[in-house]
Amino acid sequence: MLLVDITFWGLSVVAIGAALGVVLVRDLFRAALLLVVVFLAVAGFFVLLSAQFLAVVQVLIYAGAIAILLVFAVMLTKDVPHGNLPNRLQVPAAMVAALLLAVLVAVAAATQWQPVPLAQQEQVAVVQTGSAGLANLLVSDYALAFEAVSVLLLGAAIGALALLRGRPEQAP
Amino acid sequence: MISESFIWAILLLPLASFVVIALVIRPFLDRASALSGRVLIGCLTVALALSLWTLAATAGGAVPDFQPHPWLDVGQATVALGLLVDPITAIMLVVVTGVSLMVQIYSQGYMRGDPSYSRYFAYMSLFTGAMIGLVLSSNIVQLYVFWELVGVASYLLIGFWHHRPAAAAAAKKAFIITRIGDVGFLLAILYLFSQADRFAAAGLDPFHIPDIWQAAQPLATGGAVLGGAALTWVLLGIFAGAAGKSGQFPLHAWLPDAMEGPTPVSALIHAATMVAAGVFLVARFYPLFLASPNAMTVVALIGAFTAFMAATMGLVMNDIKRVLAYSTISQLGYMMAALGVGAYGPAIFHLFTHAFFKALLFLGAGSVNHAAGTFNMRYMGGLRRFMPWTYALTLIGGLSLVGIFPLSGFWSKDEILAAAWQGGGSVEMWVSRLTLGLLLAGVLLTAFYTWRLLHLTFHGEFRGGGEREQSDLAASAPPAAAEVPQHHGAAPAGNHPSGVHLAESPWVMVLPMAALGVAAVAAGFVANPQWVQRLVIFPAHWLTDFLDAGLEHGLGAAAEAVHPIVPKFSLEVALASTAAALVGIGVAMLLYRSRASEAIRDPLERMGPVHRLLSQRYYVDALYEGILVRRVFYRAVAGALDWVDRFLVDGLVNLVGCSVRGVGRGAALFQNGQVQWYGVMIAIGSLLILAGYLVLG
Amino acid sequence: MTLQAMLIVAAILFCIGLYGALARRNVIAVFMSIEIMFNSVNLTLVALGRYVAPHALAADIESALTGQVFAVFIIAVAAAEVALGLGIVFALYRNTESVDLTEAAQMRR
Repeated sequence: MLLVDITFWGLSVVAIGAALGVVLVRDLFRAALLLVVVFLAVAGFFVLLSAQFLAVVQVLIYAGAIAILLVFAVMLTKDVPHGNLPNRLQVPAAMVAALLLAVLVAVAAATQWQPVPLAQQEQVAVVQTGSAGLANLLVSDYALAFEAVSVLLLGAAIGALALLRGRPEQAP
Repeated sequence: MISESFIWAILLLPLASFVVIALVIRPFLDRASALSGRVLIGCLTVALALSLWTLAATAGGAVPDFQPHPWLDVGQATVALGLLVDPITAIMLVVVTGVSLMVQIYSQGYMRGDPSYSRYFAYMSLFTGAMIGLVLSSNIVQLYVFWELVGVASYLLIGFWHHRPAAAAAAKKAFIITRIGDVGFLLAILYLFSQADRFAAAGLDPFHIPDIWQAAQPLATGGAVLGGAALTWVLLGIFAGAAGKSGQFPLHAWLPDAMEGPTPVSALIHAATMVAAGVFLVARFYPLFLASPNAMTVVALIGAFTAFMAATMGLVMNDIKRVLAYSTISQLGYMMAALGVGAYGPAIFHLFTHAFFKALLFLGAGSVNHAAGTFNMRYMGGLRRFMPWTYALTLIGGLSLVGIFPLSGFWSKDEILAAAWQGGGSVEMWVSRLTLGLLLAGVLLTAFYTWRLLHLTFHGEFRGGGEREQSDLAASAPPAAAEVPQHHGAAPAGNHPSGVHLAESPWVMVLPMAALGVAAVAAGFVANPQWVQRLVIFPAHWLTDFLDAGLEHGLGAAAEAVHPIVPKFSLEVALASTAAALVGIGVAMLLYRSRASEAIRDPLERMGPVHRLLSQRYYVDALYEGILVRRVFYRAVAGALDWVDRFLVDGLVNLVGCSVRGVGRGAALFQNGQVQWYGVMIAIGSLLILAGYLVLG
Repeated sequence: MTLQAMLIVAAILFCIGLYGALARRNVIAVFMSIEIMFNSVNLTLVALGRYVAPHALAADIESALTGQVFAVFIIAVAAAEVALGLGIVFALYRNTESVDLTEAAQMRR
């Protein structure tokens, strides 16, 4: 278990540090790169939590697609090295965030969580690690939500196109 | 038998005329406004023919019983529309259509050239239709609707020349004062409505008038559906409405002011028909009044007092129409007093004759105004040489009003006095005797002011007419102190201000007066005294017996218990009243004879404070306007309400407004368009909700 | 490594993301912060799914996967959100030549 603990704490430090970097550094491009680090660290957490499939998806979609999209977007900003400026809400935002953190920590620590019974832990680990169960659930119990999400993605794609297409007379 | 549709036609013809004039002629054919008068006259001619036929059929013994037509269902009660044709209705129909027809013909001459000619006839149509509906109604709610419609038409016609402030004020005063009485009437109706289930238990309809008559009669099980103190209060409510309409004592102040309307309006509405509607209303519910001696006493005393008091005020007025207005109030008092002492037939008989001779007098006053250009008798005089027809006809009307032997007023007034003399009604004897005394005094006063009116108007030398009145007013020295308050700003009345052209009025005005004159002479003989067995087609005492028969039919089985008085002709009473009348005329002759030529000063002014009291109308108007209206209403009630409105209501409203605006201003600070500011707010909100959950559970 | 530790780490990430979303001017930086918040939520869901027994666990072993299913959907929705959000950012940039959120206050009144 030591290895797991060491990995966990290491990942925690990396993730929190990189996340702080995302919201604090001035250079927007570095922020984007630090965000990729956060994504990868979260993927690592997923592995630790025996959700291998999610870890792969995290790397593919977040670290791959979304991060790249964001990097493209960063290219828009005029002054990238000084693009990530704070606004005037730093203090209230920090206070709100700190208060929320306190509440969340208090709840997490105070709640009596119901652990998985020892007898079933093996079984649960097997099911969670493999992707077969997930695939089965997505096309059976959650089929409707699955279809809805697919429509949502289609709609989002069309919406993004419509937003970016420009006015007809300007289109080539 | 009488066909119901013909009766409806009597009601609907004038209303149709109103619709045609108001919606077709006035907007589209204003060039041909002369048409409007002819439309109404045509409708009224047919209506009069139908009314006469109805009267003939009713007199022939027909007792029509039309089924009411259900209109509204209100809980237990059903408001129905229907026609009630009994002798009093038949007589009223003839009076209304007949006088209205004459007045409309007269109006063609009197109103010629008025810019609102067709509006005048539209209002007149509305009035005539409403008045006919009033006398025909078989349902008390329906009656009330027409009652108010008549009031509206009266308001519109008094204020016909609304550009004159005095006319507008008079219209308002008339409307408000009559409305005060109508509150009583409405309360009576509401009481009946509240008793709907008790009526229903007895198989009666609380709004159907014959059923209301039955409700007051004793039941086989003892007691009545409507009896005791409740009955008295209901009757006093009805009488309050009647007193308002008929200008009885505390509510009489509007009628003299109503003379601001055109003279034919005064003749039709404020002499012959609408003001008589109050008398009609009491007569309509007479079976109920018979069951309540207390209410009868009130009616008798108020009627007699009004008859006397109004006559005294008529003594000193200088405006010919105002003299006639007080005379009308006084004569309506006679009718009320007659009803009060139990003389049902004589009261309606007097209404019948009074309608003719008083309308005649008013039309005569209009004719005089046509020539002299003023209504002020101080500036008339000597007109008999210029307008012999008007003089002769006015003389007939005046003597009839006084009650000189063969004229109609003699017969009807005499019946009232004889009834009071005999007593025997449900009131106590002293009430009858007191009534008789007041009425006899009234006869004397009536004779005096009538002769004074005739003398000042027609005898002596002409004193300048409207032109001189104008120049006297322009000299801004009021010729007499009593003059100013009478005239509310001293505007010369009439639509022919101050133009003097001394000549007889056109035939279109004289002919209707002549017709009314014939009626004023002959109308008395429809109830000829008992010793005449048969006069042409009228049997002895026809009209009164006819009316009493209708009343007994309405009472049904209970007719044995209560009886209206059928007065016997009494030579003593006739001699006494004739003597009083002759004394009155004689005194007037003596007082005014010597001052035939230049008497601007009235000899009555020598009475000093009495004259002042009378010409100030007992300060009743001053009491109403100065104290009740100005002090109590304007200052106390309206002032308090104004304060409440300004400080409490407005304050609350302003407080609400200010606080909303303040909150809005505050809230607008948050609405700064910064998405992230909103984000912070959302986060704080979620935190608060979370905290709430954590703390509370 | 315990459930509490995992939850606390996720909470820290969430609050950092919240701070960034509220306190950055640049709309792209705000986006990044929102992505961090998404990730922390996913982390929470998966952690709870890993350590906490659902009621139906005894009957249906696959209910242990509920947290992961939710995470999958959230990732999908986040992808859609990014596509549309960046579309809006581009539209904003095209209209105002700026990606500064504090200047995008035209809808104030």
